[in-house]
Amino acid sequence: MQWLERHVPKLVLAPSFIAALLFVYGFIAWTAWVSFTRSRLLPNYDLVGTIQYERLFASPRWEVALNNLFVFGVLFIGISMLLGLLLAIFLDQKIRTEGVLRTIYLYPMALSLIVTGTAWKWMLNPGLGLEAMVRGWGFEDFRFDWITDPDMAIYTVVIAGVWQASGFVMALFLAGLRSVDGEIIKAAQVDGIPTHRIYTAIIIPSMAPIFLSAFIVLSHLAIKSFDLVIALTGGGPGYATDLPATYMYAMAFSRGDIGQAASSAMVMMMIVFAIVVPYLYSELRAKHD
Amino acid sequence: MTDATFTAPTQSRALKIALRWGLYLMLTVFALWYLLPFFVMLTTSLKSLEEIRTGSLIALPREVTFDAWRTAWSGACTGIQCEGLQPYFWNSVMLAVPAVMISTVLGAMNGYVVAQWNFRGANIIFALMLFGCFIPFQVVLLPMARTLGILNIAGTIPGLIFVHVIYGIGFTTLFFRNYYVTIPAELTKAAKIDGAGFFRIFWSIFLPLSLPIIVVTVIWQFTQIWNDFLFGVSFSQAGTQPITVALNNIVNSTTGVKAYNVDMAAAIIAALPTLLVYVVAGKYFIRGLTAGSVKG
Repeated sequence: MQWLERHVPKLVLAPSFIAALLFVYGFIAWTAWVSFTRSRLLPNYDLVGTIQYERLFASPRWEVALNNLFVFGVLFIGISMLLGLLLAIFLDQKIRTEGVLRTIYLYPMALSLIVTGTAWKWMLNPGLGLEAMVRGWGFEDFRFDWITDPDMAIYTVVIAGVWQASGFVMALFLAGLRSVDGEIIKAAQVDGIPTHRIYTAIIIPSMAPIFLSAFIVLSHLAIKSFDLVIALTGGGPGYATDLPATYMYAMAFSRGDIGQAASSAMVMMMIVFAIVVPYLYSELRAKHD
Repeated sequence: MTDATFTAPTQSRALKIALRWGLYLMLTVFALWYLLPFFVMLTTSLKSLEEIRTGSLIALPREVTFDAWRTAWSGACTGIQCEGLQPYFWNSVMLAVPAVMISTVLGAMNGYVVAQWNFRGANIIFALMLFGCFIPFQVVLLPMARTLGILNIAGTIPGLIFVHVIYGIGFTTLFFRNYYVTIPAELTKAAKIDGAGFFRIFWSIFLPLSLPIIVVTVIWQFTQIWNDFLFGVSFSQAGTQPITVALNNIVNSTTGVKAYNVDMAAAIIAALPTLLVYVVAGKYFIRGLTAGSVKG
């Protein structure tokens, strides 16, 4: 009884810890192992070296997926941050309707990416959507058929992604702006420093940690983006808007190529780690100092 | 001193008013941009197909009809079945409710241990669990599919509940841990001296203080699980799919005429529960988002 009393906290934590060991670390190990085998439709556990990774990086479809991740990632993160910051600064000017506007800017974040994708797919439909609308206004030559154009389709994913996430970045930045020391700003105003200089020289530099966490969240979202592409373009036209996440899924569940699915998943994980681990490391170090 | 301070007061006043108007104009334009997709979804869902084909995207419906909503709810085809979203809506409810409850309870207990009963190694355990929030889930899809098969819950709703609980614990633990850390440790110590045990202290001291964090966690988990697509599409089969998967199937079904109005009605139905939560408890929703992102 005494023993039980003393060990209750450990016993409470144990199931979750074991679950994490098994279903996170064990599963990563499994996927890592399989990525070094010849597994196709069924897993095979004989290690054969890096053959799957060689196949992966020789695959034109994977090349497209990685390129798309780069294009999508840079634009999605860049535009969302810029727009989020801009909206936050605008809303920070003692706007009377701030509450309503904030609610409007942020609601997409409550939607499933499948809903977002469905809505934008309809609006971007060249025959009946925005293109047809503008043509109806008399601009007969107006063209906005990116979603059916293999070279442009990835940018439609950017549009929908920014629509979904920028309001959230706005909320992060707005909270950051509000936490800047009011005294410093007042002192600067008294000194006659113009507002835009106060922002560029005082407020924005002091928000560096928020930029970092916004960047981390957005890059995490970008790498994981799967739902949005599936709902918006289905990876098409052809495989023009494939991302690593959709490539992995196609290999795992429709192509029956477990080796490729495992190796592409491992590459995704490395990309996430390359971004997240330095961040976590610096966070933990900052706490110890 | 800059030039601006030397300009005539009337001129700078006019400039100020102009800037103010410009500001409000910009804010309104952005508000319209965020509202546009929802507005289009709503109006399209209330139009007949004929009107969709002939009218403009953003025009209001000339004749409001709820036929598309009826079809989306109980008649639209997801592949071979044509029962609408209704059964899948209930699948999602039956999936989300237990998964949210179980993961919240586990998170509360774990967070309580890590924050207040810290034993040697507890922080490392916490860090290891937290790490699970960061992995791209693609890396666990294959072994999870096999594990669900071995456990005989592949393609079932209990199977999906299991998956959501497993990968939700990291976040729920984080939420509760960060909340309980702010409660003074002296409180636990004093209660221990008075002879209260682990569960007694949780039940009569911590639980009554926990309402805000429970709300944040429940909203966060509900939004995550309701909106999930990856696990749903990977680990369900015909009949057990959650609503996001069914919506995607309706929109991408290739049989028959494309019924855009039904697609839009279906999309709104799928979005309604989380939107409702957002409208009713937006404050807690935002708190979860920022807590979940800044720290996790």
